[in-house]
Amino acid sequence: MEITLNNNKEVIQADNITVADLIRLKNFTFKLLVTKVNGQLVKKDDRDKVFIHEGDDVVVMHLISGG
Amino acid sequence: MTNDQHIRTRLRSKTVGIAGCGGLGSNCAVALARVGVGKLVIADFDRVEESNLNRQYFFSDQVGLPKVKALKENIGRIDPEIRIEMHEVMLSAVNIPVIFKDCDVIVEAFDKSEMKQMIIETVAATLPDKALVCGVGLAGWGDNEIIRMRSFGNVYVCGDMTNEVSDGYPPLAPRVGIVANMEANQVMEILLGKM
Repeated sequence: MEITLNNNKEVIQADNITVADLIRLKNFTFKLLVTKVNGQLVKKDDRDKVFIHEGDDVVVMHLISGG
Repeated sequence: MTNDQHIRTRLRSKTVGIAGCGGLGSNCAVALARVGVGKLVIADFDRVEESNLNRQYFFSDQVGLPKVKALKENIGRIDPEIRIEMHEVMLSAVNIPVIFKDCDVIVEAFDKSEMKQMIIETVAATLPDKALVCGVGLAGWGDNEIIRMRSFGNVYVCGDMTNEVSDGYPPLAPRVGIVANMEANQVMEILLGKM
């Protein structure tokens, strides 16, 4: 299916996946993430419950220390 | 009226929240004060330490002062007409929606990644229409070519998104200043629109 991931169109070779699956699939290894699907915040504990559908706009932001 | 005065007039009615007054927050607040943002809501629980002077907009005779107080003093010396609302508190998911609710834009200026995550999630949940400008990835030196801004809806992330602070990669004035000023620059674009 095709989704928008961090502002880029991407074809994901899987259907019926959750946000947590996508993070594993894309090998996002940063410890601290903020995830959103279609602008809606998906909290850490909900990432294995929220499914991603064709055409969804997904954001996976990673955060690192320093300021 | 010169364009500079025109910009000052437009920014005079704006309020910007600064969440954290360390390296990012102190430098970003000073830049926004210099261009004439009318009101700054500044929040930090910490006091100025000697080790902060390598990057934060404070002076050696301010060591020991609460950062919000020292920052208010410094901004007052630049432009006494800028209104400063100080909050000497540890910011949290509970007080962020209250303290920053009347701000046109919020600047995330924490050092710890857990706090950065907390404010992004808190603003998304409680102030979803508010623009939030964050600083992510500024440790060390050099690597100019990878510092940039990425937007995710109304969250704007400035920095290299790569270099985390560690013993070998401390936060230092040049890169912290670049990201802090990039945050201020993004705030201006949100407030005034594109050039």
